[in-house]
Amino acid sequence: MKILTKWLRSYLPALPVDDAKLAEDLTLRGIAVEGIYALGEGNGSLYEMDITTNRVDAMNHYGIAREAAAIYGLDLPALAYALPEARPSGKDFPVRIEADDACGRFTARVLRGIAIVDSRDWFEGAEVSTYFALLDQKKISNAVDASNFAWLAMGQPTHAFDLDKIEGGIVVRRARKGERLKTLDGVERVLDPEDLIVADHAKPLALAGVMGGWDTMITPQTTNVLVEAAWFEPMAVRRTARRHGLHTDASHRFERGADFHAGPVASALVSSILLASGGFVEGDLVDVRVADFEKRTADRKPVALALSEVQRILGATIDAEGITAATVEGVLTALGCGLAPKNDAAWFVTLPSWRLDLEREIDLIEEVARVYGYNRFANTLPEFGEGVLALPWAESEAAVRRTFLAAGFHDAIGSTFCSAAEAALTAPQPGLTVPLGNPLSEEAGVLRPSLVPGMLAMVAGNLHRDVRDVRLFELGTVFSGTTEKVEERPAVAFGAVGGLPDQGALHAPRDLDFHDLKGVVEQVLTRFQARAVYFDRFPAEAGLTPEWLHPYRSARVAVDGATVGWFGQLHPREAAARKLKEPVLVGELYLDRLYKLPLRKPAAREISRFQPVRRDFSLVLDESIGWERIDQALQALQIPELVEWRVREVFRDARMGAREYSLLLGATFQAPDRTLRDEELQSFQARLVDAVGKAGARLRS
Amino acid sequence: MMNEEIPNLTAFDQAALDQAFAAVEHQARNDAAALDNVEALEAFRLRWLGRKQGLLNEISSRWLKAAPSEAKKPVGERFKILKELVERLLDESSGTGPSDAALAAEAIDITLPGTRRLTGAEHPITRTLNEITSVFAALGYSVGVGPEVETDFYNFESMNFPPGHPARDTQDTLVISNQDRRPLRDRLLLRTHTSPVQMRTMETQPPPVRIIIPGKVHRNDAQDATHSPIFHQVEGLCVDTNITFSDLKGTLDHAMKALFGSAVKTRFFPSFFPFTEPSADVQISCIFCGGKGCRKCKDSGWIELLGCGMVDPAVFRFAAEKQPAYDPKKISGFAFGMGVERIAMMKYGISEIGQFYAGDMRFLSQFS
Repeated sequence: MKILTKWLRSYLPALPVDDAKLAEDLTLRGIAVEGIYALGEGNGSLYEMDITTNRVDAMNHYGIAREAAAIYGLDLPALAYALPEARPSGKDFPVRIEADDACGRFTARVLRGIAIVDSRDWFEGAEVSTYFALLDQKKISNAVDASNFAWLAMGQPTHAFDLDKIEGGIVVRRARKGERLKTLDGVERVLDPEDLIVADHAKPLALAGVMGGWDTMITPQTTNVLVEAAWFEPMAVRRTARRHGLHTDASHRFERGADFHAGPVASALVSSILLASGGFVEGDLVDVRVADFEKRTADRKPVALALSEVQRILGATIDAEGITAATVEGVLTALGCGLAPKNDAAWFVTLPSWRLDLEREIDLIEEVARVYGYNRFANTLPEFGEGVLALPWAESEAAVRRTFLAAGFHDAIGSTFCSAAEAALTAPQPGLTVPLGNPLSEEAGVLRPSLVPGMLAMVAGNLHRDVRDVRLFELGTVFSGTTEKVEERPAVAFGAVGGLPDQGALHAPRDLDFHDLKGVVEQVLTRFQARAVYFDRFPAEAGLTPEWLHPYRSARVAVDGATVGWFGQLHPREAAARKLKEPVLVGELYLDRLYKLPLRKPAAREISRFQPVRRDFSLVLDESIGWERIDQALQALQIPELVEWRVREVFRDARMGAREYSLLLGATFQAPDRTLRDEELQSFQARLVDAVGKAGARLRS
Repeated sequence: MMNEEIPNLTAFDQAALDQAFAAVEHQARNDAAALDNVEALEAFRLRWLGRKQGLLNEISSRWLKAAPSEAKKPVGERFKILKELVERLLDESSGTGPSDAALAAEAIDITLPGTRRLTGAEHPITRTLNEITSVFAALGYSVGVGPEVETDFYNFESMNFPPGHPARDTQDTLVISNQDRRPLRDRLLLRTHTSPVQMRTMETQPPPVRIIIPGKVHRNDAQDATHSPIFHQVEGLCVDTNITFSDLKGTLDHAMKALFGSAVKTRFFPSFFPFTEPSADVQISCIFCGGKGCRKCKDSGWIELLGCGMVDPAVFRFAAEKQPAYDPKKISGFAFGMGVERIAMMKYGISEIGQFYAGDMRFLSQFS
């Protein structure tokens, strides 16, 4: 909204500050001036304002003058426009409010012998030409401009009808089914029975509080005019405006609550401008009011306000005196409130008709703080006695995050949404996906049931931008359930493509593989205290492996018997569908299940002082025998002195059978309390060879 | 052969002896200096100390034995010193390992770049969220969280949004499908702010309350450089028997100094939020120009950063339905909320909000 300081100052000639200071003082009191533009010698400045929706009363020149008067303690004369004496009329112009639940007040004034001419500066307080030029507002005719001028001056919408097009009188009512109205924008509208309209005795004339009608608008031929200035109920106007997709200055004001008493003043302003080029008033102002609305707005009950409550909520000021009774009285009186003392430090406060946002004691406390100045309050800190509690899973989440970061994965945040097809592909519980009613796009039609679609999108995004090496993880929420009840769970997804990043100039590059990812998953799982962690794979016909995974290069992760996630190589079909040539490694862990486990607490054990003995065993195995079998066989030996074993190498050799492979097993023997003797070692090794033999391995000769 | 290196002496006077022994000593030192491995060391030992053909043996037989009786003593003394030298050279060479020459042969190019293990980078949003929550943890705030899918009641009604409020519009809020037939307050939507957690917390915990609420929120916004349908907020709530507006000011002033540096100043403006009254917008002095005015602060010297206010009594009344202790006549409190993206963009000089959600390695690597 644009405000002219020249216009503003015309209401407050005694303003003691320049435009820049005025702008700052207004802004610090919530009447925000966003930009100041000098308009040249004698023209003052133009303020670009940003006023919060609750302060609709201040969205005009007089309203802002009222704020300025309160800030500087100036007297602001009430607006009043004297009209020439009216010629008597036989009877009042007929006005009836039928929709008395939606229209609180309707004033009508009949002007006759009016000339429709170009606007100019009519009289002091009606400098239409000057102000419009400074505002860069187009002039249309004295009638249209008068209404706009009144709007800009005091924020009260008015409307001028061509009186000769009105049949009978005015009725404010709801539309009837099938009624039509061509509005000022030239659109022919079919009215809804809920629409609030201004009608005459035969037809709709205007959408009440929203827009006038085409057929009754002022034309160059108009000589007789009916000036309307009314008060309409916010919701009724809002509904009508929305149904017709309209948002006008008038609807904006009525929707947020207009001043019940502003109508007659605005009517007088518009009328005096029109009369300045001839014509006369006929009859008295017709003023129909609905008592109930008047009681609820202009005459609403006084609010009790206590100084103690002001101080309890607002606290200390920089000035040692604090907020006093005098401060409260000064501020509220300046804003148009009436204060009747209840006792020494409490009042009954009557509320101004233009401030419908003021209803409660707290609203008045806010006004006191606002006009006193927020920045004149002290900076204090509340006392603080209680302990700080962390979320139960905060430490677990931090551990998971740290592990991925340490493994060289970047922390990412992906979209909360995915397409229905992606949801179907990745949902751990098929069918339990939640669609949006008004999605941002079709690709974002569903709440993500898994973090995998987002991860794949981010990995693909990198590859498509020629970033070769990608390692990302996302910790986030996944959604399942129905549109009746949505469940949210924490999950972590991870994706990787390309080379190991720890490559210097002197090392041969190597691509990440399944086992690199498995290592990270293992590291994450070791943060938690679990009895059994294992990885397995299901036969294709079981249909248990998620469809986004390569069925032979993926694994389920199970902890203490429960599935906690899946990972592996992206299914080549999915990779192709996403135009990904490189093998993508991807996976997801269900963190809600991991968070149920306690975090592993490190415990130190004695480190043996005695010499460990390392022995390698070169084994030959059939391809059908996996490491797990050997691992379990060694575990089953339960030799306490066999303290560690590991695969040192896996390789294939042309000299072996076609379906055989070789595995170099490294074993370490150590006792906590003695040096191992040769005979003992011989015995351990024999048992080891025997055990792996039973598991299907033979020693390579 | 080697013995040719040891000439027969023609004179046995002091000067002749000095010259002859100095030459051999020089030779021994040169030999020792070139020792760079175990084999060479052994060769040195054999060449000089070998029992039959060693140079010392040779000197002994050629010089000592050949010396006239009056020269035996000076030759013998000098021979003893030479032998000790050779033995010492041998000791030193074997004790200090390879020679400098040998080490030089192992030289590497230390100007090649170091082999770096990639360390994962914390997302700038995660990082900013953590910074904010730890600043408030030091002020006694525990972390609270709530669901991302909320009911109309928690997101709007209990936060004192009137039924027709524009924020409730599907133009602003993303909603779950099929809600039309449900009662308004049960309708599910993606929370548009983290404020509903205020109510969820108060419903389960009587005052005093001091929580900080980080979280992801959504709005039906078109994406541009500074707007995104997905973003993050941190909300704070402090309720007790004696919380004032000046406490709100002091708390946020302290927090902004902790986040942006002790030189930062704060400024409070009246604003409007349905769930607080009085409400305020908070500006901090521009962290780029220190308040002098620059492009970042549009020459104002100030940057708008967060919204806050005293908890509206209407919000307390909703809480009091489940926790009667939230009587607005007896307790008071303040709430504040800030956009995490905006703060992160400012702190790290990020110009496109969309970069936060693209998972672009090139972007994220900058934060490791």
